[in-house]
Amino acid sequence: MKRVYVNEEWCLGCHLCEYNCAFANSGMKDMATALKGKTIYPRIHIEETDNISYAVSCRHCTDPICVKSCIAGAISKVDGVVHIDKEKCVGCLTCVLVCPYGALAPGETGIMQKCELCLQNTCGEPACVKGCPNHAIVYEERGDAE
Amino acid sequence: MNSYVIIGNGVAAVGCIEGIRSVDKDGNITVISEENHAVYCRPLISYYLEHKTDLTHMNYRDEHFYENMGCEVIYGKKAVQIDSKQKQVLLDDGTALPYTSVCIATGSSPFVPPFEGLNTVEQCYSFMTLDDTLALEKAIHQDANVLIVGAGLIGLKCAEGLHGRVKSITVCDLADRVLSSILDTECAAIMQRHLEANDIQFLLGDTAVKFDKNTAFMKSGKQVSFDILVLAVGVRANTALVKDLGGEVNRGIIVNTKMETSIPDLFAAGDCTEGEDISYGQKRVLAILPNAYMQGHTAGVNMAGGNAQFDNAIPMNSIGFFGLHAMTAGSYDGEVYEEKTDCKLKRLFTKENRLIGFILIGETERAGIYTSLIREQTPLDSINFEMLRAVATTAAFSPENRRKKFGGVV
Ligand SMILES: Cc1cc2nc3c(=O)[nH]c(=O)nc-3n(C[C@H](O)[C@H](O)[C@H](O)COP(=O)(O)OP(=O)(O)OC[C@H]3O[C@@H](n4cnc5c(N)ncnc54)[C@H](O)[C@@H]3O)c2cc1C
Repeated sequence: MKRVYVNEEWCLGCHLCEYNCAFANSGMKDMATALKGKTIYPRIHIEETDNISYAVSCRHCTDPICVKSCIAGAISKVDGVVHIDKEKCVGCLTCVLVCPYGALAPGETGIMQKCELCLQNTCGEPACVKGCPNHAIVYEERGDAE
Repeated sequence: MNSYVIIGNGVAAVGCIEGIRSVDKDGNITVISEENHAVYCRPLISYYLEHKTDLTHMNYRDEHFYENMGCEVIYGKKAVQIDSKQKQVLLDDGTALPYTSVCIATGSSPFVPPFEGLNTVEQCYSFMTLDDTLALEKAIHQDANVLIVGAGLIGLKCAEGLHGRVKSITVCDLADRVLSSILDTECAAIMQRHLEANDIQFLLGDTAVKFDKNTAFMKSGKQVSFDILVLAVGVRANTALVKDLGGEVNRGIIVNTKMETSIPDLFAAGDCTEGEDISYGQKRVLAILPNAYMQGHTAGVNMAGGNAQFDNAIPMNSIGFFGLHAMTAGSYDGEVYEEKTDCKLKRLFTKENRLIGFILIGETERAGIYTSLIREQTPLDSINFEMLRAVATTAAFSPENRRKKFGGVV
């Protein structure tokens, strides 16, 4: 299965992926209307220290602990993609407590969100990858255990 | 063909069903469900009262689950005995179900102390099951004064659920603080202040000793009048089926990392068990949903002839009230690293080069990174712990470790 990977050496730490992600999932047509002057809730985030930066998003783990831990039965794995049912999620944050990658966070309403590879939104392919100016984020197959 | 019998129909049972089916697509699975409901999310009963979910969304699995998994569910019946010689499970209606292996996933039951005069209280409820919740919902009204006995997770979640739907809510507990099983005095005080700011009243270090109709007589001599009483004093693991056979039982049914009990072909999973807590180095009842699922799944795989181990269990809770979240994990022992402000707190507990526990209040972003250090028993000298103490970030891991985490399939 194709997943999103990031190359630390090439990541500029420009945070553009965060904006592209928030826009792709906003359901709006115009980026300025969607994001300008607003707090954004992207599903990918840059981790950075003095000398490195890289983007983190859901790993769509082979054996996802968030799925097993969700107290609302709201997280499932469908065709390899870890998916949150927003109608079922109650925002208890148990998934935040267990995800080893720090890849889930609540959205504006307190309901959880995470990268679902832009498969459900109009972008159709990961917006973070499409918009990465240095091609540090890629969407590819890297040997699957499944 | 194998015949699997699962006693109980909660999350541990679902883990077991899915575990069995990951190995054996054909064996017969029979689930005995005392509750007359398909599996639902027990922790959501308070969210139901809050209208944050509803009966359809509380289902733990979709409506075709049992059918898709090829299991038969016997509703409204109770397993009363296991005959380990004849290898059959006996139900309360006399039915005998033959088994190849059994998973005991019976959960726990509310513990009701023998309060004097409790039988004179007309409106008295527990808060464990969906039926409890629906009965409580029927009883409440805008003018009702509610007394909840027990300021643990269940009592306080009940208080949150009832907030806004009744006139007043008072919670009493013999302990001197709220959430005493997971929080120390200082942390509990932060949560208590927040609950009080949301109109929940407390009587701590004090509990009801006697009831007379609508009055509770407290240990301190105070009297509290109420319209509705909720008892959330504590729970007891349902261990009788194994105990009766002379199997090894402590506060829960003793299981090993394969979820085997001391009796051949009997497995157990979930709130009814006591398994190894690696942060503590001893067996403990870990009555949390993730544990129930993972134990159930492990049991299921092994029952079907596979080989699964669940050897990194720890206690872990994410619990929020009125928007303030607290997360706790592991054991609170060893050295403490602390950061705190008025309404935020972080405590990390380290021992012998390992993180063994934490308490986070208010700021809980990416807490799973800490949890994974406990579960994986990561040596702290292999990471930049100073960086990690301040913020939960994977940047504190070595480049090789990060490459493993982010460079391939995990
Ligand atoms: C109000 C509340 C809030 C909670 N919040 C959280 C939370 O935020 N996070 C978290 O991790 N956990 C939480 N929990 C705990 C969580 O619900 C349990 O850990 C989990 O449900 C355990 O699952 P289980 O399958 O082991 O047991 P249960 O869900 O208790 O299921 C056991 C089932 O077996 C049935 N049974 C028992 N004996 C028999 C028998 N002899 N024959 C047939 N059937 C039998 C019982 O009726 C029951 O339906 C909460 C619990 C409550 C009550």
